This record gives sequence, structure tokens and C-alpha cells, in this order.
Amino acid sequence: MSVIFILVFVAIIMAGAFLVAFIWAVKSGQYEDTYTPSVRILFEDPQMKENSDQSQLAEKSQKSEKRKKEKAKESH
Amino acid sequence: MSEDLKCIHCGNSCGKSPILFECNPFCCSGCSTVYQILHTSQLKQYYQIEQMPGIRIEDDKRPVSETYAFLDLEKFKSKILLFSDGQISKVSFFIPEIHCASCIWLLENLHSLDNGIIRSFVNFPKKEINITFNENEISLRQLVELLVSIHYIPEINQHSIEKTPTDKSDRRLIIKIGVAAFSFMNAMIYHFPQYLPGHEFLEADIRRMFGWLSVLLAIPILTFSASDYFLTAYKSLKMKMISIDLPIALGLVTLFTQSLVEILSGRGIGYIDSLTGLVFFMLVGRWYQGKTYQALSFERDYKTYFPLAVTKISNSGNTTIPLEELKAGDRILVRNQEIVPADSTLRSGNANIDYSFVTGESMPVIKKEGDFVFAGGRQFGSAIELTIEKEVQQSYLTQLWNQSENPFKVENKLNTIVNRVSQYFTVVVVLIAIGSGLFWLLNKPEIALFSFTSVLIIACPCALALTVPFTFGSTIRQFGRKGFYLKNTAVIEHLYKVDTVVFDKTGTITNAQLSGIRFIGKELSRSQLQLIKSLAFHSSHPLSKTIFNFISGDELLEVKEFQEIQALGITGVINGFRINMGSRFFVTGEKSDDDILNTEVWIYLQDSVAGHFQLENEYRPGLHELIQNLRKTYDLHLLTGDNDSEKSNLIGFFGSEKNLHFSQSPTDKLDYVRKLQKEGRKVLMIGDGLNDAGALNESNVGIVIADNVFNFSPACDAILQSKQFARLYKYLRFTHQSMKIVRVGFLISFLYNLVGLSFAVQGNLTPIVAAILMPISSVSVVVFASFSVNLAAKRSRL
Repeated sequence: MSVIFILVFVAIIMAGAFLVAFIWAVKSGQYEDTYTPSVRILFEDPQMKENSDQSQLAEKSQKSEKRKKEKAKESH
Repeated sequence: MSEDLKCIHCGNSCGKSPILFECNPFCCSGCSTVYQILHTSQLKQYYQIEQMPGIRIEDDKRPVSETYAFLDLEKFKSKILLFSDGQISKVSFFIPEIHCASCIWLLENLHSLDNGIIRSFVNFPKKEINITFNENEISLRQLVELLVSIHYIPEINQHSIEKTPTDKSDRRLIIKIGVAAFSFMNAMIYHFPQYLPGHEFLEADIRRMFGWLSVLLAIPILTFSASDYFLTAYKSLKMKMISIDLPIALGLVTLFTQSLVEILSGRGIGYIDSLTGLVFFMLVGRWYQGKTYQALSFERDYKTYFPLAVTKISNSGNTTIPLEELKAGDRILVRNQEIVPADSTLRSGNANIDYSFVTGESMPVIKKEGDFVFAGGRQFGSAIELTIEKEVQQSYLTQLWNQSENPFKVENKLNTIVNRVSQYFTVVVVLIAIGSGLFWLLNKPEIALFSFTSVLIIACPCALALTVPFTFGSTIRQFGRKGFYLKNTAVIEHLYKVDTVVFDKTGTITNAQLSGIRFIGKELSRSQLQLIKSLAFHSSHPLSKTIFNFISGDELLEVKEFQEIQALGITGVINGFRINMGSRFFVTGEKSDDDILNTEVWIYLQDSVAGHFQLENEYRPGLHELIQNLRKTYDLHLLTGDNDSEKSNLIGFFGSEKNLHFSQSPTDKLDYVRKLQKEGRKVLMIGDGLNDAGALNESNVGIVIADNVFNFSPACDAILQSKQFARLYKYLRFTHQSMKIVRVGFLISFLYNLVGLSFAVQGNLTPIVAAILMPISSVSVVVFASFSVNLAAKRSRL
């Protein structure tokens, strides 16, 4: 049963590591703004401007659909 | 060309003759300029991410070239810049106009517009942009002017530069929750074997290790996560009061000592899992309640409204000086659209002062040389020269603001329902604990102490403390979704207690602008309308502006011999026709009837009187129904700075003239609210302008009506979107439902306490009973509170 001792300590060290990571994330401001990054990630990188128009169009229509849904939600 | 052509920049209607650029239609030259800027900088993607994302700025609202001259002053620069080493500088602006993904994209690609900008970062919920730039290549003033040129006008005022950078208390709470969750989860794992059959075969070493580990886990909980509860309990004890935090702190301490004793004596491993769980749930409740509308400001005062700097006239020329350096006797220059910063007298120029923000009165006031001008008015037309009479701090408006310290609000804060309940609760619990301790001392002394501590442990009012945060937290979220934003959850309880509603008139129950406009007379042809529009274009009077905007089309004709006759009207010659526009007396020579309720603009065109435009104070839609509903349960009052020309209409709404008060100055309004409160009334004040600021602050709850909730609004407890005005009654009723839910929540947690206490007084409180009962009571109260608020909101069609 003494293996439990090792396991318990390994477990608490792992959990502690996650706690430290969480505190770091909060302190570095990752919880300040939970909305903008979700929009930002959909922007195309400036280097990839040569991308075909089609993918742009697809993204555009996706976004406008998303917006419509949001609006529908709001109006409820 | 079709009628409903939309501006590709801002989505507004382009009218009859849109401005074209590369075959794209625009509503105004401002929009087309922005398009051209973005076009030449390869930033056209702005228009692809969202359709018509741009912001339109009316020409008369556009800042003039000198507006931001003060940003060159070292004094302001050092205040506004967050960081600067002479080259690389950082700055953060609040831009209320940020509204969509395109805004984020454009503002984060600012470096394409100017090489001096190194990086820009948008925080959408806060409507904030953080910019890193090189001061050698672009100055702060140029940066701000760049933002203005693409119609993103940053808000720079006394308030925004004095505010502390970022509030760290939010982050601290999240870390506290994280630590509590960590301890809670681990402690549960260590305790779990105790609750299974056969746990008595567990090796003693392992049990001891589990015990000590959970004590270790409890230490950060008590010293860090739960520190606020101990602190506030101590503070309120010092003030000789019992708050909800006292029984919580008492319970936590007993839980911990009892556990420590059990672990030390080797009897068991205590209640650490319950302890950590309770703290975790309570912190989550606190976080849930703390929902804030980051981009909204409830604390604004006159400083937000006043300019940061003024142009001082001296013999050596004009200089820009900070507002606080302004002294009585100084001469200053106030340009078109600028605000008079202090009480002063007019030296020269045509003063046409709009006090709508201060008094709610929509018509500008004309002042003659030597006249006294109050601070807070906005000049329309050409620049004027003023002599300062009083320093900014002594102005009428500033004084009004400073004198309203509200004793009622402080009292209210301490008298919340949860604190009232917990006072009785604590006393009863302590009595039961002592009683059962005494009982066992006489009958079975060895469990006397245990039953005493058990009662304190089980009665820890966690469920009680969770009811209010979750009920009110859900309510505030429901309101926020519907355009009614509360400063904090305490406002809900104050709204519930309200028995008197005081309305302001202009801008509150009427629309801020004179919006109802129609022409009465013989029908005008297209070309005649164009003549009128062209003439109106030359005047900065708000009535001319309204008429100018009312008539569509963009062809402006040349006006000769234009003349503006103060207080009467305007006149000019177009294509050989003389046109007069203005008051009835000016145009027709007849005296106007005294009992006319509406504002009229008469037109003389092509040798005859053509008729008049009628502008009406439009009451907000749904007002009648709202008043009818409110009258049933509330005492209604109306305070207005206007004269009683609308009296008969208002009696139609309010039923009687008993509580209608006309020609009220801001101080009168303040005193009236005070008088009502002295009579023991709980007053809800609804207003919009700076002139209501004193009364809004003074009342138990102050609600501000705003067309754009992110723009200026005076200090208040809640902001209501103007289009939701008619639903005000529903919101007020809903606070009653919320209170009902709170009461039921209290009942549920009392029932749990009853069950728990029956174990505790018998000295039967085992760790397993505590471990099951305490989290279940917390969770069930949380679920009940949030679920029933959402259900009630749906039912009452909030």
C-alpha cells in the first residue's frame, strides 16, 4: 500500500503545477478580455493576402451568419 | 438611383444624391474621406469583415483643428501616457464607438496608417485600445487626430486621465477561487475513503497523512481565500453590528479547530472537505454577483463633461492652459461646439449657448455682451470671448454636485435584507449552541463541547449567504440583456423598496431632440425644398439643423446676402428669390399666439408666406401605458426646468396637476427629492441631464435614460436604454419577484439548517453528515436561485 504515498505526492505536485499555471494565466491578464481574442483569431494574417477570394467569401458568409444568430439571440 | 441607397461606410441612407467615390455611394463627405484613407492604406478589408461597419460623424460634431492642441502640453502628455522613455510610448484610450469585429480589425492594423505606430491592441468588452507608438515619428496629438480622422474618437477628459490604470481586485478574486478549488478538490480525494464501507481497515499511517495534508490545504484557504470574511466580520463587530460574515467566520474557525483536534487526537480526519467546499461556493457566489459592465461608467461627474484645457487670450497671443490653472479675471476663447468651463461674462462675439445638457431645454439661449454665462453651456456658431468670473470649482454647476452627499444611501447599504436576517440568525444559533452544550454538560459531559461546536459548524450560513448573490446576480444579468444596466446588486433591493417615482421631463419622458417635424401649408415642390435646405445650411441654429436634416438631397445652392437676425430668423437670396425663415413675427409680421405649445418655423418663399414647419416635443412611445401602470402602486411626481406650456398634455398623462412642478432649477429638484425623503419616502429619480445630477445622486435610486449607454451620463445607480423606457414598470415589478425568490431561498436554507441542527444538538454530527449536507444545501440554493430567476423572467416576459 505504500505506493499510495508516492501516488498522493505525485498527484498533489501535478495539481499544484496546474494551480501555478492558472495563477500565472490570471496575472498575465488572460482573463481580462475573454471576447476579443475569439474575433482576432479569425482575421487573416497580412502575409497571406494572396489567399483566394473564395476562402475570404466563405469566411465572410460564416461571420455574417454568426452575427445574425447573435442578433437573433439578443432580440429574444 | 434608388431611394434607399445605403452609405457603404456607415449604413445610413444616402438620401437623394449620394456622394460617389469609385462607384461606391456615401451619405456624406466625412464617410467618403474615411473610405479614401482606408483605401489608400490597403485597409479595405474593414468593409469585408462586417457590412457597413463605419461610424458617421455629423459635420457639426467634428472636432476642429485646435481641439486637441492641449495634447502637446507636457503636463497632459505625462498624465495620459502610461509609459514613455522619450521614444517608445504606451497609451490607452476609451473609445465608445468600438462596436464590431471590423472595428477590432482596423484598430489593430493602425500601423498600416502610420509607421510611428508599433502595436495596437483592442479590449472589446472595455471598449479600450492600447497603443504602443514611437514618439519621434508620431506625437500623441497626431495619434489622437489620426484616430479622429477615421471616426474613432477617443474619450479624453478629466475623469479618464485621473482614473487608476486597472482594477486588480477582480484578478485577486479569481485567484482566490482558483486556490479554493484546488484545496477543495484535493481535500475531497483525501476524505473520500472515509465515507466508504471498510474504511476502518485503512492503514493508520495513510489516514494520518491524509489528515495532515488536508490541514495543509486548509491553511491557504483560511489565510488567503477566506480572508475577506474574517476582515469584514471584524470590521462590523468593531462597529457593533452583526453582518452575515460574522457567523460565516465563526463557522469556519470552529470547523478548522474541530478538525485539527480530531486529527491531533487521531479520532478522525475532520471536516476539512466541507470547509474548503464552503469557501469555494461562497467565493463563486461573490464572483457571480460582481458582474460589472466594464464599458459603462456610473460614477461620472461634471469633470467628465468639462474640457481639459482652454484657450486663454493674453496680450502676447493665445495659449492653451489646463483647466485648473484658470483664474477669475482670465479672458478665454470658446469656439463653436466648445463648452463654457466656468461662470463668466461675455466680452465679445455672438453667444448662442445651448444648455440642453444642463437644463434639458432644447432651444439655445442668445446672450449679449456683458451678459452672465453659466458654466456647462455649449457654444454654437462663431467663437466668443469670455471673462471668467468664478473659478471652475466655484461654478454653480460644480457646487450643485459637491453639495449632494447622501446620508440615506449609506444607511441603506447597512440595512440590506441579508444583514437583517443574519442578525437574528447569529443570535439564535449561538443560543442553541450554548443551550445544547449546557444540556450535555449536565447529562453526558464528554460530548458537551462537541455538540457545542457541531451546532456552530452546521449552522454556518453558507446557503444563506449564497441566496442573495445568485438571485440578484441572475436578475442583474437578465436586466442587462434587456438594456437596463445596474451599478451593482444592492440597487435591486433599493428598487424593490421604492414607493415614489420622480420624472424629469425633457429628454426623459420626451425624446431629447425635437423629432416630430411636419410642414403645414401649401405643398412645396422639390426645388423649393432645396432652396430652404440651402438656406438652413448656413445657420448653426439647432432648428435650422433639424430642418436641414429633414429635407433630403445634397444639392446646395449658392446663398447671397445671407443674414442671421438673432432671436428672429435667417434670410438670404437664392437664384434671385428672397427667402426668410424664422419666427412667425419675423416672417408674417403677425404676433404669435401665446398658447401655442409647439415650436414653429415659418417660411417666406418666392414673394409669399408658404407655411410653417411644426416641431413637436415628442413623448416617448409607451409613456401613457407606463404611467397608467406606475400610478397603481407608486406616487408619481414630475419636475421640469421648462415652463408650463405642456401642462395640459402632462395632466393627460399624470391625471392631476398636484405633483407637476414646472420651472424647477437643478437645486429645486435636489431640494424636492430631499423633502420627499424627509417624509420617509423611498425615491426613484429618472432623469438624463446634468441638471438632474444632484437629484439623481440624492435619491435612493437614480436611473439615467440614455440613447447611447456608452456616451456621457451623469452619476447614477442604473442606466436605462431609451428604447426600453416603456418597460420600466416591468423591471420594477420584477424586483419584487426577485425578493420573493430570495425569501424562498432563505426558507430552503433554514430547512437545511433545521435538519443539520437536529443532528448537531444530539451530538451526532459525523464528518459524513457534514460532508453531504453542507455542499448539497449550497448547490441546491444556487440552482434554485438562478433557475427560478430565469424562469420568472421568461414568465413575466421581461
